[in-house]
This record gives sequence, C-alpha cells and structure tokens, in this order.
Amino acid sequence: MEVTTLNINSLRYCLRQSFISIYRNIWLVLVTAGIIAVSLSIFGGFLLIAINTGQIISNVESNIEIAVFLHNDANVKEIQFKLDNLKGVNNYTFVPKEQGLEDFSKLMNNRIPLEGLSGENNPLPDLFRVRATRAELVPELAREIQGYPGVETVEYGEKLIGMLNRVTSWLNTVFLVMSTLLALGAMFLIITTIRISVLSRQEEIGIMKYLGASNSFIRFPFILEGMVIGWIGTLSATLVLGAVYYQLVVSLQHEVLAFFIQPVTDIDILLPIFIGLLVMGTLLGGIGSMVSIHRHLQV
Amino acid sequence: MIEFKNITKSYNNGGPPAVANISLRIERGEFIFLVGPSGAGKSTLIKLLFREIMPTAGRLFFLKRNITEFTESELLRYRRRIGMVFQDFRLLKQKTVYENVAFALEVLGQSPRKIRQKVPLALEKVGLTGKEKAFPSELSGGEAQRVGIARAIVKDPLIILADEPTGNVDRDNSKQIMKLFEGINEGGTTVIVATHAWELVNQLQKRVIALKKGRIIRDEQNGGYDTEY
Repeated sequence: MEVTTLNINSLRYCLRQSFISIYRNIWLVLVTAGIIAVSLSIFGGFLLIAINTGQIISNVESNIEIAVFLHNDANVKEIQFKLDNLKGVNNYTFVPKEQGLEDFSKLMNNRIPLEGLSGENNPLPDLFRVRATRAELVPELAREIQGYPGVETVEYGEKLIGMLNRVTSWLNTVFLVMSTLLALGAMFLIITTIRISVLSRQEEIGIMKYLGASNSFIRFPFILEGMVIGWIGTLSATLVLGAVYYQLVVSLQHEVLAFFIQPVTDIDILLPIFIGLLVMGTLLGGIGSMVSIHRHLQV
Repeated sequence: MIEFKNITKSYNNGGPPAVANISLRIERGEFIFLVGPSGAGKSTLIKLLFREIMPTAGRLFFLKRNITEFTESELLRYRRRIGMVFQDFRLLKQKTVYENVAFALEVLGQSPRKIRQKVPLALEKVGLTGKEKAFPSELSGGEAQRVGIARAIVKDPLIILADEPTGNVDRDNSKQIMKLFEGINEGGTTVIVATHAWELVNQLQKRVIALKKGRIIRDEQNGGYDTEY
C-alpha cells in the first residue's frame, strides 16, 4: 500500500474531519471568515477603483484633443487654412458657439434653460477641436496654434492628465500598502485559527501518529479547513462587492456624472477580478494553514 | 526479526545514558517481557523500537534493515506493522469504543467496508462485543485497555509493543490482559511488554529481559521477574 499519498478513503476521512472541525469551532471560523471578508472587500474595492481610474485615464489619453478657443473677431477661414497646412494635425472640427451651446445643453441632459443665451448673449466662444497624429505632438502643436492671430487660448487637458497620473500613482501606492497589510492580517488570522484547531486536536494527532497516519493525512484536514475559511470569507466579500458595485453602476447611469465617469462594466474584465479574489482568498487560507501547521504541528 | 546492535541512547540532560550499549535479538513470534525498576530504560527501548526517538549510537535492524536509516515513507510502513498499547490507554474521549478501534483503520485509509468487517472481529477477540457504543468514560480501566488492545490488533500487526499495559488496571483485569497478549502471540504476532507486574511475569514464564541503569543484566528464556529488581 502506498503510504505517502492519500487514497480516496483518506480523502473522504480528511474532508469529514475538516467539516467537523469547522462545525466545532464555528464561531471562531465565522469571525475569521468575516474579518477576511472585510479585508478582501477593501482590497477588492481598491482594485475596482484602480481599474476604473485606469480606464478614465486611458479614455482621456486616447481622446486628447486641443481645444482652440477663438476671439469673437477671429478670422476662422485663416485659422482653418493654417491648420490645414500644419504638420502633425490629424484632423480638426470647427465648433461654432451656437453648436457649443447646444452640445453643452445636451451634456447637461437639457437641464439648463438656453433661452436668453443665444445670439449675442451666447457666452461661449467659437472653437476648433484639433487632434494630433500622435499624442506626444500635442504640447508642441498647442504652442504653435496659441501663436495664431485670433486665438484666445489653447487647452489640451495637460493639467487633468498630470493630476490623473498623480492620483493613479498615489492610489497604486495606497493600494499596494493596504493590500499587503490586509493580506498579512488575514493570513495572521488564519494562522491563529488553525493553531487553535491544531491545539484542540493535539491528543488526536498524537494518537494518529502512533497509529501510523502519514503526515499528509494529519496535515490535510487543517489545510482544507484554512482553505474553506478563506473561501467563505472571500465569497462573502465578492458577493458584497459585486452587489455594491452593481448598485453604483446602476445609479451612476442616471447621473450627470456618467458622462465624465464611465465605470468599467465589461464582464471580461470584472469576472476575472472576482474569480481572482476568490482564488486568492482560498489560497491565502491554505497558505496560512500551512504556516500554522509548520509552526505548531510536530508530526 | 529485530536486532539491537550496541544501541546507546542519551537524552540531552547531561545525565548517564538511558540505555547503554544494548545488543539483543528478537525473533519472529517471540513473547518478551522487559522488566526492571523505573528509569531502567524499558520505555526508552520501546520508543527506540517504534523509532519515536533515534539512538545516539549503534544500529537497530528490523528484517535486516537499519530502521534509523528509514525514509519517511519506509518509517510509516514500518510503524503500520506495529501495534502500540499504552499505560494510559490513549483513547479518544469523544469517540465510542467502535470508533476508537475503527480510527486505527481510518488513518490507514482503509475502506469503510473493510472497517465494518474488521472492527467487530477485533472487539470480539478482546471480549468487548456489546460495548461498541460506550464512550471511554463509561469503561473500567480493564475495559479501556482492552479497547487499546483491539485498536492495536485490528490492523494485524507483526509486533505489539506494550508499555506498562497493566499499570492502570486492577489485578484481575491485568491477568486477563496478559492472557489476551498470550493469545495474540499464539497467533504469530511478536509481543514485547514492558512491565512492573512481577506476578504476571512469573506466571507466564516467557523470555525476560531485565534492565538496570540502561544495561541488560539478564536475558532469560522462560524466566521470572526476580523480585530483586
């Protein structure tokens, strides 16, 4: 008989032992799983924020255009001519102030009354939206266009991109530190829980050793127990996180904000995150158990 | 079957060795009493045989193989051929008599069908049929030790190692327990019993290995306890 691997009878026995142990320490298990759930919800929350920020930045970056605001008396034709001959310009559109007002109104879901703002009273300037052939040409083109007569000001979201980049790098740092701390905390909890489980079964383990049980047979139920705890914790976390995120997405759709912040709803991106969290929590439980067994179970 | 060659075991407490330069042979099917005062080295010999501890010096052979050189899986296989019986029974309190005996087979990964076949037979051999559902707390010392013996024999071991098996059992029950060991031995199993129970040793007239301060001072076939110790 092979003695180092577990056969089907042993596996059945180990499974039963794990569930008996979980049942016996149910409160401890629930508290541990609960704290893991909270830790991983925060972790998952940060992950979702990071992904959404990433999406916003890449949206912004792929849509970099130079907004060229004109004086009221600007010669639109002349500027158009110059833009036609400017190297690095991919395309441009002219947005007269009337169109601008209409666009703005649409943007605000027609909540802003436009009466009295048309014609002479229109506060918006005419503008050109210029797209560069390559993103890195934008600052140079902007400087060039700024020098054209009739151009009041030129904007290309320089400050926004800089700010978004700073926010992302800050978020990434916080995310990394928080997730490391949370993972360590969750691991420590699993280690403690499994330690208590090991201690409560010390006598049984001693007898098992005398009866010729293999190390894997003795260790496996504890590893399984840790994995189940991790899994329960993460499952709760993903369910809560999923529900909260769904609510957020739904409520954002009805908000003005939705135009600026389009949350990630692509299931191909979200599903791997939730499955990844589930796998991570389960593995965390297993690894925590192994550390605990290594430290507290002499077989 | 078993051979001790110049085995010495010192514990790291600076004192004299627990057993010193022991050499002895044990053949298959023998019944052996290890006798001697407390601290003579009886339990150390039992622990060495189970390889719960390693010798400081010397070699210990089982079927011509040095057990101190066993790999983890060889050691497991070896231990599965040994049934251990303890002075304090070491039964699991939360398990019934039946479950305690079945446990010995469960940890070896045996099938539920085999367990259902073998456990009642082992309990019958030790005279505990009808007590299957009792918990250890409901048993007398003698009954508890018989559960311990059933648990040791249920896996059909080659060797039974018993360390003071009658230490917590009254006189009448001690006799019955020794009778059980005798019966098990008659079935071909090698039985090694460390004991203080001189009356029983004298009565059974088996091979007696007497130890004193870690050395063998007498190794006698059909011997007695010799109250001098």
